[in-house]
Amino acid sequence: MNNFGYTITRDRQIDFDKLPRDIYRELCQKEPSVKACISCGTCGATCSAAQFTDFSLRKYILLLRRGDHKEVAQNIDKCMFCGKCQLACPMGVNTRNVIHSIQQIITSNLITLNENAGI
Amino acid sequence: MKIEGKKRLWQDYQKEIATDNYFYARSCIRQNFFPASEKTFLRVMREELNKDVYEDPRHTTCSGIVYHSDLVTMDTTMTVIARQFSLMTESGRKNYVPSCITSFGLYTEVLEMWEHFPELETKAREMLWKATGREFEKPENVAHASDIIYKFRNEIASRGKFRLVNHRTGQPLRGVEHIGCHYSKMFPHKGVGGAEYPYVLVGMIEAFGGEVVDYPERRHCCGFGFRQYVVKANRGFSISSSRKKFESMAPYKPDFILTNCPGCPYFLDRWQYAISEMEGVTYGENGYGIPVLTYEELAGLVLGYDPWDLGLQTHQVSVEPLLEKMGIPYNPATKYLGAQGQDLGRPEKPSVLKVY
Repeated sequence: MNNFGYTITRDRQIDFDKLPRDIYRELCQKEPSVKACISCGTCGATCSAAQFTDFSLRKYILLLRRGDHKEVAQNIDKCMFCGKCQLACPMGVNTRNVIHSIQQIITSNLITLNENAGI
Repeated sequence: MKIEGKKRLWQDYQKEIATDNYFYARSCIRQNFFPASEKTFLRVMREELNKDVYEDPRHTTCSGIVYHSDLVTMDTTMTVIARQFSLMTESGRKNYVPSCITSFGLYTEVLEMWEHFPELETKAREMLWKATGREFEKPENVAHASDIIYKFRNEIASRGKFRLVNHRTGQPLRGVEHIGCHYSKMFPHKGVGGAEYPYVLVGMIEAFGGEVVDYPERRHCCGFGFRQYVVKANRGFSISSSRKKFESMAPYKPDFILTNCPGCPYFLDRWQYAISEMEGVTYGENGYGIPVLTYEELAGLVLGYDPWDLGLQTHQVSVEPLLEKMGIPYNPATKYLGAQGQDLGRPEKPSVLKVY
């Protein structure tokens, strides 16, 4: 293929008709309080893991709502389950169970996810 | 939305388009990109419709290309436009017709600014007088050249030898229309059909017998965006925008793309080649691209002009599939011959995109 000195950027449009949202739906069944998340970021502000890694629960919930699971799968194991986010969450989301559920779902769907992500 | 609803919306945005005695201002880049389009406009207006169209060889760029590339100030632009109007005044015409969409947008913008801030008009008059000793009257009517073709679309269709109909099947050909951003996105009431549902090209396609394809990214920019292309480091933005449109329109299998801006046909045409070279993807049938036409080229085809007189051989994407569908005869042997019959040479063939 030719290189003209510039690249084609992939579209960042979120197309709900194309992106798989099965994981978020399954997460809502396992931990319905996740639906109350307003992406305020309080969880991230108190997160112990975020001091040393780029872990962000707010971001991962948002990505799963958009059907984008690749980054979530790569980082969700970085949580140390200290539970500070759950104490701080203004919407009463059971954040520890949200993270635990995401880990379970990701693990049980790992092969399919990897295939979809081209890994 | 139902098509009836769209038609009602279009009807809310109608504009007055002068019927004769035009002062025509050419585009600085169209003459390089699609050299025969402006000539075809003059031919259609003068020979087919018997209209008075005057053009002055002293006219310059409207300065839009440098204004939108952040190289000159609005004061400079206003003075250049004031000089263009002074040439129109000298010719005795009052109906200004720019060939370029960006010029049309800029003339409209300047006239609106002068209306709301008269001191700017006074300043422009003063600067023009100091620089050139010229004076001017503002045009009574400013219409883009595509507005004029739209105005006379039914006359052109009635005189036409070909229609936008597949001559083998009798089915209307499917066209994608792409309006230049500066046509009506800045001043919706200055464009036929407004900003959201501009009708100027749709009207032409329908009058010539074709069918318009609606698709999700119909109003997305072609990608030119001046600095997006002019600055090489930004060209990724340009080609990505075009790719977004191609990806969106391709599933509807359009037979052609119709445009009314200098940049749009160029980038929608040339980027099909660049994308094919970079990603190995083509968007037309059987490895060819989707032919891209200017509105003058389409009017010329309908009127039965020789495709090579219209400059269709200068397109990157081959237009022959469209010509064959419309039943327009063409001679492959004369495709690359000059006006005096001299051989102009053949362009190198792309490695992925199929060409005739």
